[in-house]
Amino acid sequence: MAELLRVENLQAGYGEAVVLNGVTVSVEQGQTLALLGRNGTGKTTFMNTLAGATQYVSGSIQLGGVVLHKMPQHQRAAAGIGWVPQERNIFKSLTVHENLTAVARHGKWTTESVYQMFPRLAERKTNLGTQLSGGEQQMLAVGRALVLNPKLLLLDEPLEGLAPIIVQELLQAIRRITREEGLSAIIVEQHPQTILKISDTAAVLDRGCVVHTSTAQTLMEQPELLNKLLGVAR
Amino acid sequence: MESASLSLQAHSRWKHLETVFWLFALLSPWLLAKHALIINEIVIVALFALSLDLILGYTGIVSLGHAAFFGFGAYSAALFAIHVMPDPLLGLLFGAGISLLLGALCSVLILRGSDLTRLMVTLAVALILKELSNKLSWLTGGTDGLQGVMMGPVLGKFDFDIRGITAAWYSLAVTFLLFLLIRRLVHSPFGATLTAIRDNRLRAMAIGIPVSTRIAVIYSISAAIAGAAGALLAQTSSFASPDVFAFDRSADILLILVIGGTGWLYGGIIGAIVFKLLQDVISSITPEYWTFWIGAFLIALVIVGRERFLYPWKWFAKR
Repeated sequence: MAELLRVENLQAGYGEAVVLNGVTVSVEQGQTLALLGRNGTGKTTFMNTLAGATQYVSGSIQLGGVVLHKMPQHQRAAAGIGWVPQERNIFKSLTVHENLTAVARHGKWTTESVYQMFPRLAERKTNLGTQLSGGEQQMLAVGRALVLNPKLLLLDEPLEGLAPIIVQELLQAIRRITREEGLSAIIVEQHPQTILKISDTAAVLDRGCVVHTSTAQTLMEQPELLNKLLGVAR
Repeated sequence: MESASLSLQAHSRWKHLETVFWLFALLSPWLLAKHALIINEIVIVALFALSLDLILGYTGIVSLGHAAFFGFGAYSAALFAIHVMPDPLLGLLFGAGISLLLGALCSVLILRGSDLTRLMVTLAVALILKELSNKLSWLTGGTDGLQGVMMGPVLGKFDFDIRGITAAWYSLAVTFLLFLLIRRLVHSPFGATLTAIRDNRLRAMAIGIPVSTRIAVIYSISAAIAGAAGALLAQTSSFASPDVFAFDRSADILLILVIGGTGWLYGGIIGAIVFKLLQDVISSITPEYWTFWIGAFLIALVIVGRERFLYPWKWFAKR
């Protein structure tokens, strides 16, 4: 399988503070990487760095052979990064439909296919971003990343703070997007067992470095290893 | 994204009330012929307010010097009439075009910094231009301004008359056409990206919106429309003076948007109608203290709130 994302010895952070200390990781075409780690180990910083929202220090990021780390933030979306940040950041003055159409690019994913994926959004087409529940906002954030027709989807704690029924609905959608539609993704999540089930590979971050990489299956089958790496066995 | 564009247009269909409003507006110089002069003034101010709303209401860019473009348009159109040809439409295009170029140049200054920086920079540009219009008297007429700007007939047929009826028609027609263009613009995916930039600039950038380019484009368009409003003033009053760059003019337009509301196209228009009528009525009653009463009205509006001001019966509604 062809390599889609290659990150080598990446150092980045915020201002003077360097959070990522030489991260090396790769994602194959059509595969999903579960990025795990305790709180404060640099998972979100890694996602932000891929999206261009941190202070780059050194190392390299290549997406489909294109050098990403020197690219301005808005060009990274055009290059194929679809970022769903932790905060969701829905545009509050735009309706659901406008949130999607404002950024839509030509490709497989259209506003209609997003509505098919998330029928709740279709029902709330004319609602403003502020009139949505947390789950609906998360669906919209995922949908908005999809209509960019990205090569790589970055999902930063997509299930955080959602009701169990919404978590199931969203997990099914993510599974469809990655497994059936074949979109590559990196998913950061606090609940490893939930996300390992829908991932192909896993990487564990600690103090800004990758301390473990394996298949997701391997980590799932070894709770003691998971416990050692994350401090908990869930 | 043609489909996205069509989809957004479908969500912004023309409403009946809008049709009635514009029909009345376009017929007003005929229905209220005695008041054609004030109608012309209101229309020009409304167009100017629309131009500011594009950057302030839709994109979140504050400005205290939008009169720079208004004045530039006014002088350009007046000079065009004097030195090139008196055709109003070509003069209008020239004024708007020159202001567009000035807007494109100035947009570089407002891309970075905070709101306070932008307020200062935009104010400074207007002050510089005002001073230049004073100093370059060989071109601008200095403090006396450019007097006796003779305009040809509109479309070669309609001469400007002393009652201001042709002027009001002309300004209304131009404003209506520009309103249609602006309406289409703000209801397009481009317009939605402007609102996204206003809501959260960093997030807009992260999802691939070229924020700096969009701001530069809308700032230039806004400048062109302000220039068109200035050109209309110079053409219909046959006069352009350094006063067109005055700080008061920029401040008034902000007040108009406070009255009418920002981020919706009729905010500037309604604000302009209320402001100019208040100014006209109050200054006829108390010519010296009319600004006091306008100030009092604004304080009342801000304290009470626009919504409750328009619907006073809601004050007593049970929550």
